[in-house]
Amino acid sequence: MKYTILVNEGPYQHQAADSAIQFVRAALEKGHEIFRVFFYHDGVNNGTRLTVPPADDRLIQKAWTELAEKHGLDLVICIAAAQRRGIMDADEAKRQGLDANNIAPGFRISGLGQLVEGGIQADRLVVFGD
Amino acid sequence: MSMLHIVNKSPFERVAFASCLAHANAGDSILMIEDAVVGAVDGSSFSDKVKAAMSDKTVYVLGADLAARGLEGKAMEGIVSVDYAGFVDLTANNDTTQSWL
Amino acid sequence: MSTKNFLFVNRKAPYGTVYALESLEVVLISAAFEQNVSLAFIDDGVYQITKGQNSKGIGMKNFSPTFRALGDYDITKLYVSTESLAERGLTVDDLMELTYEDADDDYAEKPSIILVNREEMAAMMAEQEVILSF
Repeated sequence: MKYTILVNEGPYQHQAADSAIQFVRAALEKGHEIFRVFFYHDGVNNGTRLTVPPADDRLIQKAWTELAEKHGLDLVICIAAAQRRGIMDADEAKRQGLDANNIAPGFRISGLGQLVEGGIQADRLVVFGD
Repeated sequence: MSMLHIVNKSPFERVAFASCLAHANAGDSILMIEDAVVGAVDGSSFSDKVKAAMSDKTVYVLGADLAARGLEGKAMEGIVSVDYAGFVDLTANNDTTQSWL
Repeated sequence: MSTKNFLFVNRKAPYGTVYALESLEVVLISAAFEQNVSLAFIDDGVYQITKGQNSKGIGMKNFSPTFRALGDYDITKLYVSTESLAERGLTVDDLMELTYEDADDDYAEKPSIILVNREEMAAMMAEQEVILSF
């Protein structure tokens, strides 16, 4: 079965990202396809490579990046939500005249249409949020 | 057409769980995850509502979330405990999913 | 691209959190994909469409007029929970008058708000294929 996953909350503040990662791992193990993971609202904060949690805490952003690298996941960050919250890739930072970018490997920034398309293309859409 | 309702909020803090129960149709499935698993415990002010829902719907709880909150083995009779693989199966076996955030 | 029944479930009040505003942004985008879109307003979601919203004093943009534009995007089914209104001491008169022009009926102006009770809301939800909640 083909899934689109929507993550509405940032890492560490809510359990939503943790639940989504566990769900995605289990779905992949069962042989399902993850068509796309879309990050919206504070969920865009999953995609910053600048998080440095304490040594004994889990690495949420790295878990996403590893899933993307291992399974070719399409991790899409909503551009409008990202701009509000300071999540930038190199192109966008340059376009906005900013001095840095922070997007993590495996993530890309795109429009909300990618979420709607994900809903249309996938057999199931599962939402994780608060 | 069957639906999987996913609830993640404690019924003692927010109305999402109660709203979910009020809108779920007969034959639907309800899965408690995250903070919603506290609603699985018997003898609470909310447990009668869950029991009423079980008359024509199937109610599940994510075992890992229950265990994390010190509530393993405390789910009321009739609630089915699942792991993340079981969570995936529930989404696949129902036509749609709705998260009551 | 195929057409699916999309439902956006709104259960949160505006301004206190960004969910209502950013949900509306997805609704507008979905119109471009020509999907069969419905909106549900349940619990505190009914506060999103009250009339007379004035957000000047809190320094935030009043985005409620955007709901009036939905009809122009062919989004014409806004299901509002009668129980949720009653529980909050509200009636339909407290809501904005949201309408659309029916192209199949000589562009007659028709109400977009559909008042439904829980059973009717549940039956409408059972018809959906993609349910987005924020």
